Amino acid sequence: MTYADRWLLPDGVEEILPNEARPIEDLRRRLVDLYGTWGYDLVIPPLLEFTDSLLIGLGSDVDLLTFKMTDQISGRTLGIRADITPQTARMDAHTFQREGVNRLCYAGHVVHARPKNPLATRTPIQAGVECYGEPGSSADIEVISLLLESLKVANLPRLHIDLGHVGIYRALAKAAGLSREQEDFFFELLQRKAATEIRIWVSEQITDSAMAELFLALPNLAGDREALARARALLAPVGAEAVAAIDQLDEVAGVIAERYPEAELYFDLGELRGYHYLTGLVFAAFAPGYGNPIASGGRYDHIGEVFGRARPATGFAVDLSAISKLGLLSNGERAAILAPSDSRDKALWQAIQALRAEGERVVCADPGSAKSLHCDRRLVAHNGGYDVEPLA
Amino acid sequence: MSETLTFALTKGRILEETLPLLKAAGIEPLEDISKSRKLVFETDQPGVRLLILRGSDVPTYVQFGAADMGISGKDTLMENGADGLYEPLDLNIARCRLMTAGIKGVPRKSGRLRVATKYVNIAKQYYATQGRQTDMIKLYGAMELAPIMHLADEIVDIVDTGNTLRANGLEARELIADISSRLIVNKASMKMKHARIQGVIDAIAEAVANPA
Repeated sequence: MTYADRWLLPDGVEEILPNEARPIEDLRRRLVDLYGTWGYDLVIPPLLEFTDSLLIGLGSDVDLLTFKMTDQISGRTLGIRADITPQTARMDAHTFQREGVNRLCYAGHVVHARPKNPLATRTPIQAGVECYGEPGSSADIEVISLLLESLKVANLPRLHIDLGHVGIYRALAKAAGLSREQEDFFFELLQRKAATEIRIWVSEQITDSAMAELFLALPNLAGDREALARARALLAPVGAEAVAAIDQLDEVAGVIAERYPEAELYFDLGELRGYHYLTGLVFAAFAPGYGNPIASGGRYDHIGEVFGRARPATGFAVDLSAISKLGLLSNGERAAILAPSDSRDKALWQAIQALRAEGERVVCADPGSAKSLHCDRRLVAHNGGYDVEPLA
Repeated sequence: MSETLTFALTKGRILEETLPLLKAAGIEPLEDISKSRKLVFETDQPGVRLLILRGSDVPTYVQFGAADMGISGKDTLMENGADGLYEPLDLNIARCRLMTAGIKGVPRKSGRLRVATKYVNIAKQYYATQGRQTDMIKLYGAMELAPIMHLADEIVDIVDTGNTLRANGLEARELIADISSRLIVNKASMKMKHARIQGVIDAIAEAVANPA
């Protein structure tokens, strides 16, 4: 082991230093406050749980992201949370049951056993909301609105929301009688809009020519709201389920567009993050210069089933680490006041405490460190008391 | 402000076949790329830039959003994974095949195979689907030498005409995949610059379908 090996952090494991930590904490507080004003109660789920409760319901993606170890007390497998959503679902189903709608929010670290994408940290900080017990579009509209409010709080220059609905591809797969393997395979192609592979797969697997047309069209059903009109005309033969999904997207988009005329709404009926556990509307937020979503969410009505209480559910998580990397957050820190470090001077102590009570940042240090401590004023003895004067 | 658009391209034969496609989309470099040692080229369209990279770096630039679009071989995409990318268009250029090969006439040995390749991930996956246990030897060139010098039992490599294989006493065995160049697009760019990028894709698709 060389000297350098001792202080190196593992790949993708991040420590956050003051000039980044303060803005992140600032954003975290403002988001939790925002969610509070919308009626979302803060919960602090544990960092680790039995994998039995942590992994269930979210499919294999989360399984691979989860660090696991053996519990020395119970002998069962523990996982460090890679996602907080299943924890809140467990709370809603068991430990914090409420009649009617249960609104929860959270903010904290999650840990990924491997980076979710090549440049991502393995220890991201997430904040999010979950709304349980409301099956209608009103809940979807509420959480998407709240996501847009979150983006505003984060000072994003463009409010860009990606909208989709898993019901459309699911209905199409059902109408075509796809097996689970076929459905999953084509889903992968769809995520990459891999034109050649899609053409080959469709020509080999879909015999009905009208149906083949629909599969070929699906990757291109993307764009502004006009894409929904195209989709409705095209997918009407698939059945009521697909049309209902498109109508719901349209309805939600209508309200959001009215509430947030500045928001850019982009629709993609083929790209579906979390397809394996989501059940309805899905959405994500993007920022220029960052290839992955900075926030994503959707409806996942069945997740509580494994805990014995299936409840309608929708919510989202914001990636605070990713937002911080965009460099848009301001370091809201105030410059400090430099005070002499004389611990026996009672008048000095009182003067310092009075300034701190007003919210000033006062540091006791020798004058030489004024610059590195970001001091722009200093406390000087004057007529038996102390005065604040600017530092030259 | 007009949106910027950055294209990641590769020098050499693929570039010669790519430039006419870009021209069809109304994008022409302001100077002759092949005669310059620059890496970034402005075009006749304001805000549209071309980057000249090593082929295997193109997906990386596009994945991380350093370029909005790029042109990359399917082999590179298969080897490095294509998360965060769309590959909406097959350009039908630089066509070749990714194949296994071994010494002509020597039957494949049973048990664990030693495979020399620069496509370690693809090869590992391919042999796994064939139910074969393998050891991978990563090489960066002249794969044909590996079986001759008994470094490996088989190689996995791009086969164009097959002349190099024949000249070294090797034979192509199984086809792993047909390879051609793909237009790739960063996911966030596709969403946030949709009208602009879709326009470029459509124009290039038109040029691919109806070559002048």
